[in-house]
Amino acid sequence: MKRFFGTINIRELLRPLGQMLVFSAGSAVVLSVITLLLALFLDKSAAGQSILARFNVSLFTYVLVNLPQVLIDGLTIGFVYAAIALGYTMVYGVLEFINFAHSEIFAVGAFVGVEILIGLDAAGILGTAPLGMAYLWLILAILAGMVAAGSLAMAVERIAYRPLRGAARLVPLISAIGVSFFLQDMIRLVESLTTGQFNRIFPTFGNFDERLVFGQMDMSGTVITLGISIKSLIVILAAMIMLVILNYLVNATKIGKAIRAVAQDRPTASLMGVDVNRIIALTFLIGGSLGGAAGVLYAAKFTRIDPFVGFFPGIKAFTAAVMGGIGNLTGALLGGIVLGMLETFAGSYLSAFTMGAAGAEYKDIFAFGILILVLIFRPQGLMGENVAQKA
Amino acid sequence: MSKRMLFLVSLLVIASMVLTACGGGSAAKTIKIATQSPLSGDQSVVGVDIKRGAELGLEQMSAALTEMGFKVELAPFDDMANPDTGVANAKQIVSDPAILCVVGHYNSGVQIPSSEEYHNAGLANVSPANTNPKVTTRGYAEVNRIVGRDDVQGVVGANFAFNKGMKSVFVVHDKTAYGQGIAEFFKQEAERLGMQVLGFEGTEEKANFDAILSPILAANPDVLYFGGMAFQAAVLFKQAREKGYMGMFLSDDGFDSPDAAKIAGDALVQGGGTFYSTVSGPASVYPGTAKFIADFKAKFGSDPQPFAAQGFDAMGICLKAIETAAKAKNGEMPTRAEVTQAIRALQSYSGITGTFTFNKIGDPVSAQYFIIQVVSPDPAKWAENTIVETLDIAPPAP
Repeated sequence: MKRFFGTINIRELLRPLGQMLVFSAGSAVVLSVITLLLALFLDKSAAGQSILARFNVSLFTYVLVNLPQVLIDGLTIGFVYAAIALGYTMVYGVLEFINFAHSEIFAVGAFVGVEILIGLDAAGILGTAPLGMAYLWLILAILAGMVAAGSLAMAVERIAYRPLRGAARLVPLISAIGVSFFLQDMIRLVESLTTGQFNRIFPTFGNFDERLVFGQMDMSGTVITLGISIKSLIVILAAMIMLVILNYLVNATKIGKAIRAVAQDRPTASLMGVDVNRIIALTFLIGGSLGGAAGVLYAAKFTRIDPFVGFFPGIKAFTAAVMGGIGNLTGALLGGIVLGMLETFAGSYLSAFTMGAAGAEYKDIFAFGILILVLIFRPQGLMGENVAQKA
Repeated sequence: MSKRMLFLVSLLVIASMVLTACGGGSAAKTIKIATQSPLSGDQSVVGVDIKRGAELGLEQMSAALTEMGFKVELAPFDDMANPDTGVANAKQIVSDPAILCVVGHYNSGVQIPSSEEYHNAGLANVSPANTNPKVTTRGYAEVNRIVGRDDVQGVVGANFAFNKGMKSVFVVHDKTAYGQGIAEFFKQEAERLGMQVLGFEGTEEKANFDAILSPILAANPDVLYFGGMAFQAAVLFKQAREKGYMGMFLSDDGFDSPDAAKIAGDALVQGGGTFYSTVSGPASVYPGTAKFIADFKAKFGSDPQPFAAQGFDAMGICLKAIETAAKAKNGEMPTRAEVTQAIRALQSYSGITGTFTFNKIGDPVSAQYFIIQVVSPDPAKWAENTIVETLDIAPPAP
């Protein structure tokens, strides 16, 4: 036992946790300070007056009181984006192409997990399950989603990408887009043949819908409850665990060393005795299962899925990967958290700052605007050293 | 493409054209009635039953036409709740000369562009469910509906909230012609009544409502109003309750689907509860529907969803008008224009959901509006939702 623990590289277990903490806290502090300064600046303007008229508090207080909830929401969706972004970034790392089918791998994971839970619910198992069992079923659904999505990603690599290796860079990209449409329609076909419904709903069970309440804040009459729903907590925790395991796998094991070697220089790695095809398939397996788990978590958090559910999270996660520096694992984590935060901040405060002229619906324009700025001033992404080295 | 391929392809094209031409020629005495509703996708629960209602109507009420020697067929189309698909289907429908009437559309946003095609082709359209005022206010002779209008429905909803003593409201809509339309009428009336409108936001979001909920929770309105369809509204309502909002939910007839309970569950009955205005009561409230419900259950094995009975009636109106037009021509096949005129000329057609006479723009001269309360988180008990208010209101003067 002691020997076993002796071989575990504690530093590699703690490092990603530290990174997550720094990234979360860092982006939270930076965005909060910017928003609060903006609020202070606009307090006396028309925007401040309109908040004063509606809620009887200053714009600054309004922003401050809402801040904790916005941070929690941003963090939750940020971790989901990060888990999906890792799939894009890992594939880019080893093959230098963007796997646009990853968003559908995510959707397949979500469907498999949700269908299993719906089946269990229909059999009457979920409704009566005690709390411990409920968690067990959820974990089972996540694992099933991971297995399905991971093996699908591997199959896609074998069928659609491997024959095209060595072709011009655009060719596998087009193939990936084709696979993406194909998978979308496959989900549609399978769902319409089996259930006749595209719209699948995550069943209600366990205590996932409950809410931990930390406290209440009074905003001159309106009481704002501070809290986090259990499922948000599960999403964050599960994503953190997966990210730690992934980081350990890549940075502290022999397989990880092989993955990094293939990413750095494929021919040389092959000369050193690394089975390149196997490592690439493994990369797809890992990236795909992360995507699948993220899919089930996404369904648990947001309740409803359809065959096109992968599209937006996929695009956002891809954006996050690019923002962090595509090909870089730490970068994907940072990009996901920053994008989730940005989006939630924009959605929550845009209407207050613009007096309702631009509401939450414009949050994506804002988030993507920031992406363009990042790419103009730092084309390699926030943490893009790895890519620069490769190019 | 090689020359040989090109030759083969052109041969195929020619062959298919010849075949289609043959098919058209042999169907001289066949009358088709098309339905358009979402048969797949998010809103198929209601869309499929509109089609089934119409199918049942065709089966039970086409005897008169069959005796005159016509073969009456149903031509169901899936508009997928998508304007593009609806218009593409409409083009296909108007190009089939056997189709004399269209029962259709569930979504106003689909009906409005599709009916431009019907209008150009002079093809009659009876809508079982579309409530946006623009459906009829364009003044097309071909377009009729048998339900009420959003400019009345929004007002009914606002009055209901006001009479319940609600003082503030936050309005969210789905940016479609239907959802945004009704939300705007609701907002205008709420403001006129002196309620405080704390926000008015549109969103196409289907999953993550966190961002839009922050200002709503900060505003803490007495009522959260959603103008749009159940599959979005229910997710929003569920997430609002999860974040601790305990006020009343109010929505519109797009909310009238058991999917709402399936998605939101307990959230609908907690706190201030959930109410929706609608132009279509549960099939059981109409005096004439007992037989319809029994027949429907026997044929399809499930309870009719909202608007199924309206689908039945819209089909009835189409058949009646075709019959009248054919009789006026001594049993000849009527033209589309004659069917269109015959629909407007119908006096007090008695259907199962009411007695219909159309005014000069195609609105029924009086329509029923309901406010309904959700009573159970169980989707199987959706039909038991209780009616809180029933109102008969004439449409605004055209």
